[in-house]
Amino acid sequence: MSLVELRNVSKIYHLGGEEIRALDDVSLDIEGGEFISIIGPSGSGKSTLMHILGCLDSPTRGTIQLDGTMIHNASTKELAGIRNRKIGFVFQFFNLLPKLTVLQNVELPMVYSGISSGDRKTRAMEALKMVDLENRSKHRPMQLSGGQQQRVAIARALVNSPKIVFADEPTGNLDSHTGEAILELFRRLSQEGRTIALVTHDPEIAAVTPRRIEIRDGKIAKQVDAKLAGLDRKIPETAPAN
Amino acid sequence: MDLWNAIVIGFKEIWSHKFRSILTMLGIILGVSSLVAMSALVKGMENGMKEALVAIGGLEKVRVEQQDIPLYQRHLEDQAIGSTIHDVYALQRSAPLIKLVTPEMRVMPGGGWGGGGTLITHGIKSVRDRVQLVGTWPSAIEMNQHVIEHGRMFNEVDDDNAWNVCVIGTGIRDQLFGSPEEVGHEIIPLGDYINVNNQPFRIIGMFQRYESEQDRKLRELERDMPKVTQTGPERRRGWGGSGRGGPNSWVYSWKNATIYIPLNTMWIKFRSGGYGSNSIPDPRLSSLYVKVADIDLLEPALQQAKNVMMHTHKGIEDFAFQTQENWSESITTSIRNARMSGGFISAISLLVGGIGIMNIMLASITERIREIGIRKAIGATFADVFVQILIESLVIAVLGGFAGIAASYGLVHLLTVMSPTENTPVITVDSLVLAFIFSGFVGILAGLFPAFKAARLDPIQALRYE
Ligand SMILES: Nc1ncnc2c1ncn2[C@@H]1O[C@H](COP(=O)(O)OP(=O)(O)O)[C@@H](O)[C@H]1O
Ligand SMILES: [Mg+2]
Repeated sequence: MSLVELRNVSKIYHLGGEEIRALDDVSLDIEGGEFISIIGPSGSGKSTLMHILGCLDSPTRGTIQLDGTMIHNASTKELAGIRNRKIGFVFQFFNLLPKLTVLQNVELPMVYSGISSGDRKTRAMEALKMVDLENRSKHRPMQLSGGQQQRVAIARALVNSPKIVFADEPTGNLDSHTGEAILELFRRLSQEGRTIALVTHDPEIAAVTPRRIEIRDGKIAKQVDAKLAGLDRKIPETAPAN
Repeated sequence: MDLWNAIVIGFKEIWSHKFRSILTMLGIILGVSSLVAMSALVKGMENGMKEALVAIGGLEKVRVEQQDIPLYQRHLEDQAIGSTIHDVYALQRSAPLIKLVTPEMRVMPGGGWGGGGTLITHGIKSVRDRVQLVGTWPSAIEMNQHVIEHGRMFNEVDDDNAWNVCVIGTGIRDQLFGSPEEVGHEIIPLGDYINVNNQPFRIIGMFQRYESEQDRKLRELERDMPKVTQTGPERRRGWGGSGRGGPNSWVYSWKNATIYIPLNTMWIKFRSGGYGSNSIPDPRLSSLYVKVADIDLLEPALQQAKNVMMHTHKGIEDFAFQTQENWSESITTSIRNARMSGGFISAISLLVGGIGIMNIMLASITERIREIGIRKAIGATFADVFVQILIESLVIAVLGGFAGIAASYGLVHLLTVMSPTENTPVITVDSLVLAFIFSGFVGILAGLFPAFKAARLDPIQALRYE
């Protein structure tokens, strides 16, 4: 059983009588320890896919299994618990809480999993060490550069040792040099055995990951897997849905 | 998320918007302080009323009054003798639930019995009206809660010999000898003679000055302060000196206007002095007071007294018992009314405070939609967010409650200074606790809707929100 198994998932929005298929019958497996990118032009449905994979949203149709749990019909409370313990998010706009210190931001997921404040501090410091920011723990997010803020966000995503980390355009708000450094950090984390999914519209960023899933109009257009087909050789989508 | 964390977050939120939070709290502060101050005023009022009730003899004191004979006994009218000294003896003997029995006899000008136009003179000064000239027994001291400050009360010997001795209230002294305020020092006229309806009486004792707690404080305050020169013509402020005080001050001036003489003296010197239409000694008392041993046994005690007196009155019911229960009930009623209207006003201001809190909480969650989205994305449940917002609202209200309690002390002080003649307001622990609970309640109530709104936010929408 794969870590994530998506079967025939659709997400349909209705806007003034018009039907928008943000996701259209998507099936997808992600194995534990994989480093993948979900790539596609703006509006193709990448974020929608990530939200559904990340338990922020529920599909209109289809089934999803995550780490042994069927989540497509879980309650909001169960979803919150899964987000808290099994999923880490990194966003384009960092999404740190400006009033909290760096350390408190990293502690936040553990606050909701009921970990004692002593343990929270030590674990948050460990996570900050992983992103080389342990000496900035007392600062406020606004006192850090964009790259540093994104590293704090990554530390926050990692602190509860999630099964999978989703990063939605994590470099989209950074200059190319800083973006490189963030990607380098993701690669390192992947090498340490974490499962990471990058969401991006930029093929250059997607090129970092061994496996790439290309989305167009809510459908998987093609998948590339370097492990299966040798470095960077494009293979046709294995099982087109319709 | 644990509660402590939520409280800490609540304090941080408030701290990061200090000015806004204080403005919001103002409503609660006003509500709480008005609640506490109102109840302090009512408590002061209640104390003043109860003080007056005690000064007049307390609930245990019951007056036995003459009453018209019931219709079916009208034919026995000529045998109705009224209350006599024999009733007193009989009650003392046969009514164990009655602790004390005191007879009273008053003179009436031009014959008859009662109070009124007694003339008391000393030198050129005189008092006529509102003198309470009473012939009684030494036990009147206990019955009417008198305190002899100078000299002594007359005793059985004085009574047996019908000596012309009297014990006076300070109101009488003030009129005949001058009050301490006018003279500059206190005159104690022990041994002096005054004329009571043209008969000389020796003053052997004087009561203490009766006044409400409030008046006493005020008088002491005035004595310690330099005298303010009075403008305009000299004026006297009513009877018995002060003329201030609340609605119950008549109790005190009435007590200060007392002159006690022995019952026998009253009987022999005034009754036999040619008043009335016949010269046959009439042992009729003008009134009779009994004090019950236990207020909880008022009902059976009065029944007992009635049985005894029905016997001495040969079955003719020409007497009735007059208790202070009506007064006591009217105190209870007016206190309840005052409490109700005060509570109503305070409840409205607390409500307004609550609306203020709700308003600010709604503004606050709108500002923090993104924050709420982030919290939900990393695992906050509906309940987590709900409790957090509710606690923030509660923290504002409770802080406001504390500030309101502090403010209420200031408010009560202000009220006391502004209007010192009223009864001193008393802040009770009960009202503090009540106000505090109310402010917490308002905080929770005001937070419910904003908390629900925040907790229900969809994390994706919230994260997209700019
Ligand atoms: N809440 C929504 N209501 C209506 N349409 C939506 C909503 N969210 C996304 N969509 C639509 O679904 C499609 C996919 O959006 P999205 O997943 O955000 O694309 P991407 O992240 O690839 O840019 C778009 O056409 C978008 O307009
Ligand atoms: Mg997107």
